[in-house]
Amino acid sequence: MDFLSYLPFDLPHPALLLAGVLEGTVLAAVLALTALGLSIVFGIMRVVNVAHGEFYMLGAVLAWFVTTWVAAVTGGPPWLGFAVALVIAPLVVGAIAAATDWLVLKRLNYDPEATIVATIGILYIIQQLALTFYGPYARPVEAPFDFRVATPYFGYSGYKLVVVGAAIALMLVVWLVLTRTRIGLVMRATQYDRETAQAFGIPVDKVYAGVFALGAGLAAIGAVLIVPIRQADYLMGGDPLLLSFIVVILGGLGSLRGTLVAALFIGLADGLISTIYDATLAKILATLLVAMVLVFRPQGLFGARAA
Amino acid sequence: MAAVAQLSATGLVKDFGGLRAVDVSAFTLNEGEIRAVIGPNGAGKTTFVSLLCGRFPPSAGRIEFEERDITAMPAHERVALGIAYTFQITSIFGNLSLYDNVALPAQRRVMLDGGGAVRERAMGALERVGLADRAQEIAGAQSYGHQRLLEVAMGLALGPKVLILDEPTQGLADSEIDEFIALIQDVARETTILLIEHNMPVVMALAEQITVLDQGRVLAEGTPEAIRADAAVQAAYLGG
Amino acid sequence: MIKSILLHGAVIALLIVLEPVLSEYHHGNLARILVLATYAVGYNILFGYTGLLSLGHAMFFAAGMYGCALMVRLAEWSVGPAFLFGVVCALVAGLVVGMLALRTIGVGFMIVTLMFAEAAHLTIAYYNEYTRGDEGFTIPQAVRTVAGLDLSDTTTRYFAALVLFSVCLIGSAALVQSRAGRVLVAIRENEDRVRMLGFNPFRYKLLALVLSAVMAGAAGAAYAVLFGYAGSTFASVQYSIFPLLWVLLGGPGTTLGPLLGTVLMFYLVDYASGTVMPGLAAFVEGSFGIEAPGLASAYLLLVGIALVLLVLFAPRGVLGVVRARVMPWLP
Repeated sequence: MDFLSYLPFDLPHPALLLAGVLEGTVLAAVLALTALGLSIVFGIMRVVNVAHGEFYMLGAVLAWFVTTWVAAVTGGPPWLGFAVALVIAPLVVGAIAAATDWLVLKRLNYDPEATIVATIGILYIIQQLALTFYGPYARPVEAPFDFRVATPYFGYSGYKLVVVGAAIALMLVVWLVLTRTRIGLVMRATQYDRETAQAFGIPVDKVYAGVFALGAGLAAIGAVLIVPIRQADYLMGGDPLLLSFIVVILGGLGSLRGTLVAALFIGLADGLISTIYDATLAKILATLLVAMVLVFRPQGLFGARAA
Repeated sequence: MAAVAQLSATGLVKDFGGLRAVDVSAFTLNEGEIRAVIGPNGAGKTTFVSLLCGRFPPSAGRIEFEERDITAMPAHERVALGIAYTFQITSIFGNLSLYDNVALPAQRRVMLDGGGAVRERAMGALERVGLADRAQEIAGAQSYGHQRLLEVAMGLALGPKVLILDEPTQGLADSEIDEFIALIQDVARETTILLIEHNMPVVMALAEQITVLDQGRVLAEGTPEAIRADAAVQAAYLGG
Repeated sequence: MIKSILLHGAVIALLIVLEPVLSEYHHGNLARILVLATYAVGYNILFGYTGLLSLGHAMFFAAGMYGCALMVRLAEWSVGPAFLFGVVCALVAGLVVGMLALRTIGVGFMIVTLMFAEAAHLTIAYYNEYTRGDEGFTIPQAVRTVAGLDLSDTTTRYFAALVLFSVCLIGSAALVQSRAGRVLVAIRENEDRVRMLGFNPFRYKLLALVLSAVMAGAAGAAYAVLFGYAGSTFASVQYSIFPLLWVLLGGPGTTLGPLLGTVLMFYLVDYASGTVMPGLAAFVEGSFGIEAPGLASAYLLLVGIALVLLVLFAPRGVLGVVRARVMPWLP
């Protein structure tokens, strides 16, 4: 059957398709890491963190500051500064997040609606402070190494493939920590019942600050990984926030497995559609899909069952 | 006087997860009677009446009101038909005045009737429970007993055919309970009453019929005297 | 009731009396504030009185703005009918979004409205050819007339904005003191109880959302007509957050809170970005040698700080506190 000729568009060249899949995979990997942070925070604390994208942005901007500083002080190779950034950025961002939890969210008693309004405020505070001290520029960070992988059609940046590997490894670590360690057990205990956990001597306040820091730190690591591919600017938090929301909601709020599946799906879809068609159209469809999922299937498309 | 069935349930089941909270094969509330539902804690009393008034849907079964199937009808439409429910946990509008609290059901009644005076109806309901002189005070600032009375006044302002009261005397002082019994006897002259109650003296003073629930099932049904004499009830409920 | 009529009358009278005495600068500001406060009055019906926190009201503002401006630009309608068309667009948007979003509650409602608004914002960007995206387009002065009145004239513009604001203010005051308004407030306090009093909460919430959307749309359309500009920034998340901030500041669930909050925030941002922040930037650079290249333009920092402080320390806003402490009759 020659149904392909009835398609309302021309099928793209295989090279374009391959490029779309590769870009989509890189996006999916970083997105999964970022969305995982949002998902953990929601799953355990029931906090919808609207400032999550700004923690991501902060990671990227810090990566620029750190790599620039390391290069200036030591004159060392790019990988040195990058390695330092990979450690320092998530730690600093995590500390800021823990402080936010302690100063703001805890005082609101984690009331769902009030915390959303508060995190919107925090979004603007972080974003505008970045504008203040980093400025309105988009600046690149050099990749830690440079080699290209050959495909049948074009050479492809090896760094991007390393990003995918690193993201997968990190997610495995997080998953192991959450499911196989005492810390993970304590976190899950507070997820089910905060008051009972408290009664059993679990320091819920510290656990929450730690969870919020972990969520923010994951976003920051994602940003450090991506910044050699995409420059750092103070407005870069918007897209990952929107995409993480989409992923977390489609995956089922608080479901880690669903989040990963949805990240892969959205990352690939976004990579393919934006490479081949139009990024704006892809986002319009994705946001409408999210709204409809929340209205008609609040447990998510990939989530097991209602919370 | 021949009993006329007003509100009835057949094969009514409610499951929460794996737990069967309610399993009532047959229940009939007759017009004009005062019926008490009693049973130990966790017997499913509140769940059972919540099914009757539609706060959540049953897992199986059928509910009829005045020979009409209302099983799938949303709660607010049942209220409009004349089934009013007053909450076990006091559920008044704490930030509004007493008047506004009763004006809401009063205006709903007026809307349903297609006319009438909201103010008169609202004040009438407050007068009936003895709170008229406090109409402009804030509901949340009232004593617990007054809040319980306001809760009843809200039900009365709806002008219901069936008034379901969920543990109305819980937390009331003894003197307040006597007044409350008189009030319900007065209301019962025009309204069928379904009462969930723990306080046995209140049940014995008010109820014409008693339904005993245990583990979601009807254990016994009958007049207060018959229930008092029932061995099974004594074993399960009155402590044997 | 009489106190309430006198109070609203006095506020409107004050705004009339102010017109000839204001400097040109404040004159223009206040006209803009009145249009934005109209938007906030609409937002307050949903958030302050009904207790539904929308994060997507910019889509209704934008529906009014673009419904009106595109008709003038593309179909060459005159601004009167175009304004009405904008309002109708917002009404339809409110109905459709309400029918869907009101199936969710709490956080779900917030995110669903946010997502719909983002889709609307992106759609405006997508049809760049007609809307000119965030660059936007102007409506020429020549066509901005209604019944022979030149709406670009500053005095006419001021009074047009005041008429719109007054209509919405009086409308909202009448609504919240009506029987329907009593049900809305009761839904905010305890929706389940309202249902058990025989009301269908969905119907009332839809009413509140549609009225709220209509006022937001009227404000958007008026903005296009009075200031001769439409741009997709007005559809961005930021413009969904602004009315929330204004209402939170002025006092959610008070009729005059939206105006007060809009005035305060407008002048706070104006003063800070005009005077304080450039000075601060110079000070930081001069005294500490820290570069602060963006401080002078970082006025949204104030928005963020205000949101956090309000949520933490004054969720009832200015007039909410006044009502609790001094004037319990304040509508």
